[in-house]
Amino acid sequence: MSSEPEAPAAEVEEAPPVDEKRQALLDALTAELGDAVVGSEVAGGDVWVRVATDRWHDAAAACKHKLDMDYFCFLSGIDWLDEPAMSGEKVWGALPEEEEGADDEPAGGGSTGRATGVAGGDTRFQLLLRVASTTSKLGVTLKTDLDEAEPRAQSITDVYRGADWHERETWEMYGFDFVGHPGLRHIYLPGGFEGHPLRKDFPLLAREVKPWPGLVDVEPLPGGGDEEAEAAE
Amino acid sequence: MTATTEWQQASYIAAQAADSRVNVELETEGMTLNLGPQHPATHGTLRIVVRLDGEQVVWAEPVCGYMHRGYEKLTEVRTYPQVTTLINRIDWLGHFANEVPFILAAEKLMGIEAPPRAQWLRTVFFEMARQANLMLFLGDMGVQLGAITPVFYAFRDREHVLNLMEAVTGGRFHPNFDRIGGLKDDLPKGWIDEAKGCMKRVRDFCDEMEDLLMGNEIFQARTRGIGVIPAAVASDYGLSGANARASGIDVDLRRDEDYPLAWKHLDWKVWTHPDGDSFARYWVRLQEVRESASMVEQMLEGLPSGSIQAKVPRIIKVTAGEAWVHTENPLGEMGYYVVSKGGLGPFRCKIRTPSFNNISILPWLLKGVFVPDVITILASLYFILGDIDR
Repeated sequence: MSSEPEAPAAEVEEAPPVDEKRQALLDALTAELGDAVVGSEVAGGDVWVRVATDRWHDAAAACKHKLDMDYFCFLSGIDWLDEPAMSGEKVWGALPEEEEGADDEPAGGGSTGRATGVAGGDTRFQLLLRVASTTSKLGVTLKTDLDEAEPRAQSITDVYRGADWHERETWEMYGFDFVGHPGLRHIYLPGGFEGHPLRKDFPLLAREVKPWPGLVDVEPLPGGGDEEAEAAE
Repeated sequence: MTATTEWQQASYIAAQAADSRVNVELETEGMTLNLGPQHPATHGTLRIVVRLDGEQVVWAEPVCGYMHRGYEKLTEVRTYPQVTTLINRIDWLGHFANEVPFILAAEKLMGIEAPPRAQWLRTVFFEMARQANLMLFLGDMGVQLGAITPVFYAFRDREHVLNLMEAVTGGRFHPNFDRIGGLKDDLPKGWIDEAKGCMKRVRDFCDEMEDLLMGNEIFQARTRGIGVIPAAVASDYGLSGANARASGIDVDLRRDEDYPLAWKHLDWKVWTHPDGDSFARYWVRLQEVRESASMVEQMLEGLPSGSIQAKVPRIIKVTAGEAWVHTENPLGEMGYYVVSKGGLGPFRCKIRTPSFNNISILPWLLKGVFVPDVITILASLYFILGDIDR
């Protein structure tokens, strides 16, 4: 029990030797891409690299051919639109007004008030790519910002064949266009589906019709058990 | 001599002419075969449109989405503790194993760690989920090849593992047992002895399958050299788990990643096979179940005592940040990319499932194979539909 509070601290101390490898990875990628790397972060045993949109394909190719990242993990997107009416906050109401979570700085997160996550971001949409090496066992998460009006990036299907299906999924779920993809067509949704379900402004109709019964999870307990919970926090 | 040669030449020309005629007659029209969505080899509702030329596949296109439930969208309107209920149902045969990476991701963001006993028990249940999952595969592969018996043995022996899961969690398939900071409950009395007995049964089952199925001549003839995936292609498509290891890629996240879980304390081996064919995939999984049984035995011996739940606030709010946690699930690499904005639920949760990548190789792999081998390949790649469609 007593070792719990120390656990995150111990992790921080052990982190540097691991980070050296990942820092080297980041340096190699930066050397390869030059000023195309617009943001990066090495934290919590992971690497994030944000690249310029027009160098997306180059970044993927550099990962595969120069950094020996032969394993394709996944490709997906994020919509950073802050739309409380469409998110969980609609379900459980606004968050309670205490911000105690802010002072226990996490070992891995470290993102203080950034609206667009690790390695930064300028636009609403971001593209995510995770690749790894089967030999060195290291992985990297690539990000790029996409234009809100015309989210478009170069397809990387010619670099990683596995990207084919993932780009199709991202295309239908977020409406991102992949230039050079051999056949962007629906993979999960029926052919005539309208809209892009994973965008934040796409309503989850089931919740519009009927409120989520699981709300009870965050309601205060009768008998003022709340103070104890706050004390524990 | 000359006459013979002339006669030979004449007959050769005649034979050629006949051949070409026969060819013309036998030239078949292409045929489109619709495999599924209810074929037993598809483990759910996967449809594969196969274009045939005679008995050979010209191209194949898997059609998924019949079971798409939109979990990535649903996680955005759930609190963190509620999400585990959903993700149990992604790979329904690997139930508990789905919960672990998500909980680990949340814990990583919050900067908390479960006590050792909870970590070890998590690993025990993780491995038992692997056994229950892969044992079904070991029997089911026989059914796809026309050997009915093994699957009954598989269902029978898998039940012992599921009974143990039920004794602890109350659920055979959807335990929903992992919590942020620990586990819901400790082991019931007498469970450890029962589990030891069960692991022996699992091992016996493996021996049985080895004798009954893997050593079988017909089984070998139907699987050896069928659906060969070279290592470079496998990693290009993102194949993971036993499918990658059967192609000779030496990866296993249980060994390669640094988890707070108990794997690093155990003595075990990563099995790979150089062939990359259907037989290799079966062989690797068989070894894995054995290895897994031995891991559980080791863990039951060395189970630390103490608390099973770290101190967490009653209302769980996960610190803002992004975390990617992946584990070696029964089907392959399963990971969650969790983006938190400091709220009660994930802002975005990308679920990376192994089966989606594993079957994305099918259009490439099925090209040129014969119809009965399509089923062998589907069975040996081993996917769960919920894991593709999520």
